[in-house]
Amino acid sequence: MSDLLISAPPEAERVKGPGVLRQLMTKPTSAVAIVILTVLVCFALFAPWIAPFDPSQASAGPRLGAPEAAHIFGTDLHGRDVFSRVVWGARYSLPVGAATLLLGLFAGGALGLALGYIGGRFDAVGARVVDVLLGFPAIVMAILAVSVLGVGLVQVVIAVAIADIPKFARVIRGATIVAKQNLFVESASAMGASTARIIVLHVLPTILPTVILLGTLNLGGAILSTATLSFLGLGVQPPTPEWGTMLSDGREYIRYAPWMMIAPGLALFLAIISVNLIGDRVSEIIDPRSQGRL
Amino acid sequence: MTASAVAPSTVSAAEPLLEVEGLTVRFGEREAVNGIDLSLVPGQTLAVVGESGSGKSVTALSIMGLIPSAGGTVAGGAMRFETAAGARTDLATLPEPRMRRIRGAEIAMIFQEPMTALNPVFTIGNQIAETILEHRGGSARAARAEALELLHKVRLPDAEAMLGRYPHQLSGGMRQRVVIAMALSCRPRLLIADEPTTALDVTVQAQIMSLLMEIQAETGAAIILITHDMGLVAETADDVVVLYEGRKVEEGPVEDIFARPQHVYTKMLLDAVPRLGQFADAALPSRRPVTILDGGTARQVGETKVQDTVKNGAPILEVRDLVARFDVAHDLIGRPTHRVHAVEGINLTLQPGETLALVGESGSGKSTVGKAIQQLVRPTEGDIDFEGRTYGGMTAPERRRLKRDVHSIFQDPLASLNPRRTVGDSIAEPIHIHGLLKGSAAIRDRVRDLMALVGLLPEHHDLHPHQFSGGQRQRLCIARALAAEARLIVADEAVSALDVSIQAQIVQLLMRLQAERSLSYLFISHDMAVVEEMAHRVAVMYLGQIVEIGPRQAVIGSPRHPYTQRLLAAVPLPDPAHRTVRSSDASEVPSAMRRVGDPPERLRLTEVAPGHFVADA
Repeated sequence: MSDLLISAPPEAERVKGPGVLRQLMTKPTSAVAIVILTVLVCFALFAPWIAPFDPSQASAGPRLGAPEAAHIFGTDLHGRDVFSRVVWGARYSLPVGAATLLLGLFAGGALGLALGYIGGRFDAVGARVVDVLLGFPAIVMAILAVSVLGVGLVQVVIAVAIADIPKFARVIRGATIVAKQNLFVESASAMGASTARIIVLHVLPTILPTVILLGTLNLGGAILSTATLSFLGLGVQPPTPEWGTMLSDGREYIRYAPWMMIAPGLALFLAIISVNLIGDRVSEIIDPRSQGRL
Repeated sequence: MTASAVAPSTVSAAEPLLEVEGLTVRFGEREAVNGIDLSLVPGQTLAVVGESGSGKSVTALSIMGLIPSAGGTVAGGAMRFETAAGARTDLATLPEPRMRRIRGAEIAMIFQEPMTALNPVFTIGNQIAETILEHRGGSARAARAEALELLHKVRLPDAEAMLGRYPHQLSGGMRQRVVIAMALSCRPRLLIADEPTTALDVTVQAQIMSLLMEIQAETGAAIILITHDMGLVAETADDVVVLYEGRKVEEGPVEDIFARPQHVYTKMLLDAVPRLGQFADAALPSRRPVTILDGGTARQVGETKVQDTVKNGAPILEVRDLVARFDVAHDLIGRPTHRVHAVEGINLTLQPGETLALVGESGSGKSTVGKAIQQLVRPTEGDIDFEGRTYGGMTAPERRRLKRDVHSIFQDPLASLNPRRTVGDSIAEPIHIHGLLKGSAAIRDRVRDLMALVGLLPEHHDLHPHQFSGGQRQRLCIARALAAEARLIVADEAVSALDVSIQAQIVQLLMRLQAERSLSYLFISHDMAVVEEMAHRVAVMYLGQIVEIGPRQAVIGSPRHPYTQRLLAAVPLPDPAHRTVRSSDASEVPSAMRRVGDPPERLRLTEVAPGHFVADA
């Protein structure tokens, strides 16, 4: 074997990447995002100890009182402390948002993957059905689902998840079709790999960044949709402090007491953006091509 | 050779149009170009050659003033350009607004991929007129009239109709003509052609290059031709500059470079170039040593050995009357109205240890034949036998097993390796799929052995594909085929995307493995010179049918079919002493798409010599 040409790869730096969490902390944006998310999760976990007031206690302060030392985010129509309600609200909004999203993403993703991968007539018909469903506003679909499932927090989670299925299915289907056209997928199929193997080893990892992006972008939407259903009286019932419900409550008073909306809105915004930034960074970290150019 | 020696020799000693001195370009910490000098006079064609990463494209971008937008900086040197007004300006220090007036108007560029250089949503006429209006002003009507004139100038048939067409409606060769027309629209004094024909078929390449030469003769523009194709250089250039790792290693008139290369890299490059006809009198292909550069010194590796590997007897593969058609247009109730006749009645046999080359231009159906053999395309008619067993009669497990015996190597090795998996995992994939070995330790050992066998360091098994170079990636793909213990390898343009020096190494590797393991190759390629190096037999495809098939000596040495002759004549010879005059006509290969009910006529093959079949004209 005299024609062996052994040479080192040009970019042979082989730094075994540190753990994902470690890498998340090395970049300022994702590090800040982790801190924010941790604070919000702490709110949810330790609400009774963090919140200065009982979230449902009326007349804890003046009605529609502006922010002051005792009530840093002011008080609402009933004189309840807005900060305490935001802290308690994390208990409802975060898990509800996450559960809704994961459920919708899982079901919609599975459908989209099947449509995109199998293709052909199945896809032609399935994709049309998905398109028709997309034509309905998600909230109308959710109301329809609640009317079948009944009123309640769990039902709302399922309803919003169902309403989101067409949206997720559509995007994942597109990503799958693109992923399927990769030469390495064709080459795996030419090697005799089973469908399950191709999907798990080649297609899923390729579409993962899309899934992460889709998930993080839609967390806010999921929280808002559950809030809307709550607003319509189909989900969380007052006086439960939930960010979406608080936003709806505050809308009428936005000119006199904007803090009623600012505080839950800010909490929602921070939750969404931090999840988004973390998701972004995670997509980057799990891509081996980004190794070595941190 | 001193660094400051000025090249021109074959062209009159006029005032230089462009003088580049000590050009240094940095991308971050990396020096892409390091102190390059070159100079050219009006009417001169200067070829800048080198392999990928040698800095030849970066040099072109520097002259165009496009380095900042590519993310680099011109760290040093001067580029003195004589503008039409007669002033000498240094392009290296010229501010962007003034550069913009020169770029496109006085220095124009032709890119490799004409589709991406054209805007898909505007008509050809609008795009050319836009360029004229942008740089020279005037009325829209005059610009359009001039656009028409330019299309005539690049010899596009039916130019009036062409003005209203969109880029996707044109073939690759036509698009490149449009790009050239746009480049000419402002009568540039300098044309930079960056791999202008690499994406084109060889007959189209010949047309485009002769068009460029004719235009140069008409307008007196200087041309910088950036290419890795030494054949092209020999046919068109006056002078040559050889780049290696960002430095100029040699320059001179084209005859000198080819006849008396001085630098070790130039020698290696020329040594690696396959020369069509160099094995014309040999009945069998043979392996030959290749020169490699090892830390600045040249070293010969490999051996000279006749590739006497064909085992006569029962064929490993037999393709009978293979037909593959694809419906492309349907009427209102879904009945097909038009079909692409990709493959139309192909018959082939392949012996164990034999390399059969399938050559033809894009759209000839050669890849579809490969895909049918790989079970990636279901034939419309006909059948394929592997070791006497017919595909159609196989059970599902037998078909799966066949996917182990028949393995593909594709043109783009990076795309055929999953970027998210380590190369070791990719090589081991067929072992996992077919359960060839048990236990992760055994599999790892096997992967390491295979990597060593194809000339890679086994300890690199846990790196990812993007960390390897193009040639190394193709070695990885070959290792994967060996992991499957494949006996037939379908190599679809497997070396076309590689630099010539790397290409020669991969060809030698494939031939060595063939001798060691009695592999059969179906070698699909458009490159006649490479085919001549490694094929035992050659089949020429045209519009889905074989027009000529036979032993290598017969098909390449004494081609009978006019198409084979045209294909061979279009291959540029890497010898400046034998330039051929070519026509720049724009004849196109007709489309393989036909109306349903109007199948193409089947060609009948006649045996003109033992084993040499030619289609009746």
